[in-house]
Amino acid sequence: MSRRLRLWLLGVGGAGLAALLVAACLDVPAFGRRSHPYGERAVRASLARHTANVVSSVNFDQRAYDTLGEMSILFAAVLGCVVLLRQAGDEHRADPRPAEVALPVRRYALLVLPVALVTGLYVIAHGQLSPGGGFQGGVVAATALHLLYLGADYRALERVRPTGVFEVTDSLAACSYLVLGLAGLLAGTAFLANTLLPYGTFNTLSSGGLVPLLNAAIGMEVASAVVVLLAGFLDQAVEIEREKGS
Amino acid sequence: MNVFPYLVAAWIFLTGCYGLVTSRNLIHAVGCLAVCQASTYVLLLAVGYRDNGTAPVFSDLKPGTRPLVDPVVQALALTDVVVGATVTALLLALVLQIAKRHGTVDPDELTELRG
Amino acid sequence: MADAVIVVALLLTAASATAAVATRDPARQALVLAVLGLLLGVVFTVLQAPDVGLSQLAVGSALTPLLIMLSVRKVRRRGKEGDK
Repeated sequence: MSRRLRLWLLGVGGAGLAALLVAACLDVPAFGRRSHPYGERAVRASLARHTANVVSSVNFDQRAYDTLGEMSILFAAVLGCVVLLRQAGDEHRADPRPAEVALPVRRYALLVLPVALVTGLYVIAHGQLSPGGGFQGGVVAATALHLLYLGADYRALERVRPTGVFEVTDSLAACSYLVLGLAGLLAGTAFLANTLLPYGTFNTLSSGGLVPLLNAAIGMEVASAVVVLLAGFLDQAVEIEREKGS
Repeated sequence: MNVFPYLVAAWIFLTGCYGLVTSRNLIHAVGCLAVCQASTYVLLLAVGYRDNGTAPVFSDLKPGTRPLVDPVVQALALTDVVVGATVTALLLALVLQIAKRHGTVDPDELTELRG
Repeated sequence: MADAVIVVALLLTAASATAAVATRDPARQALVLAVLGLLLGVVFTVLQAPDVGLSQLAVGSALTPLLIMLSVRKVRRRGKEGDK
């Protein structure tokens, strides 16, 4: 297909889609309306189960099955990346030369690293109480670790981040989510049903029954997934080279 | 104001699609796809917003004192933000493989893909 | 008042999304995407969704641009090796 034909097709299709989208927008319930039937029911169910952060309650209790699906996508994507970014037969690893880091960058990065790491872990741990949870905290904690690459160099990062360990952690976290779900079956209720543990006191760390545990499993999963992903890309960008003459 | 946020979401989606089709670099195309994804989050959260509502978090709020925005759409958007990033990573890994196998990241030069 | 903030944030987001598509060099696009991620975080916060804002901030302004930068670096390095 020639470039002009493609642009012409895009123009026609885009105009049609835009018209349909605008027509749909005009029919969607107005922005800021008062009635949110699903939202109100979700809030009531969350309060009944002593979970202060309703979003976490929806994710890890009312729609925990959906989160299982999301986690599988995440796991499959990481698996695909690891396979695609592995070292091929016609490639070798070249040790990166230690690079000079400007002193202010080094000082600032090494100062911020522990703060960011603790923030990530705090966000995971308080997922059922305040905004945050496994998904957000996992990303924060994992990216915080990579400040070491800015502050020191790639070899230092590789030493604190053995990729194999994080790959195993990733799988273990995925398994533990499933096992927590199956525990419900063994106890005689439904898969991933939040009836196993006492709901605890509202607005304390141990409230919400199964929510903190599933939240922690997701936090571990996301953190190790991001570390493994970035390790694959960093290896490709910094270390792995094609063999000469191939 | 009634439909403005929805129209913004539609605009972001359409610009992302335009970038995807006209892109001459697969990495740029993946970036455009990330823009398309962003439009769905804007749409979802706009659907769940309520005038004078507050966040559905009770750590410092007494239940029943204020109207709340819809937590269900927030939960949908929240998981997709993180999972979408890993899918972006998978696409970038595919782009790196294409660059290795074919020596180019321009979709127009990938003649083997032509039907 | 809250409405005005939402409108401004949405307009800025739409503008930066357009800029991200119009920036054809992927390395520069990564920076524009970081700005877009930041603005989306602001939009989600004014729409009273701090959970989503937090995850958008972490993913959109750090993780995605970093992945794109690393891919650009790999592709460019490969191009140079091929010239040898």
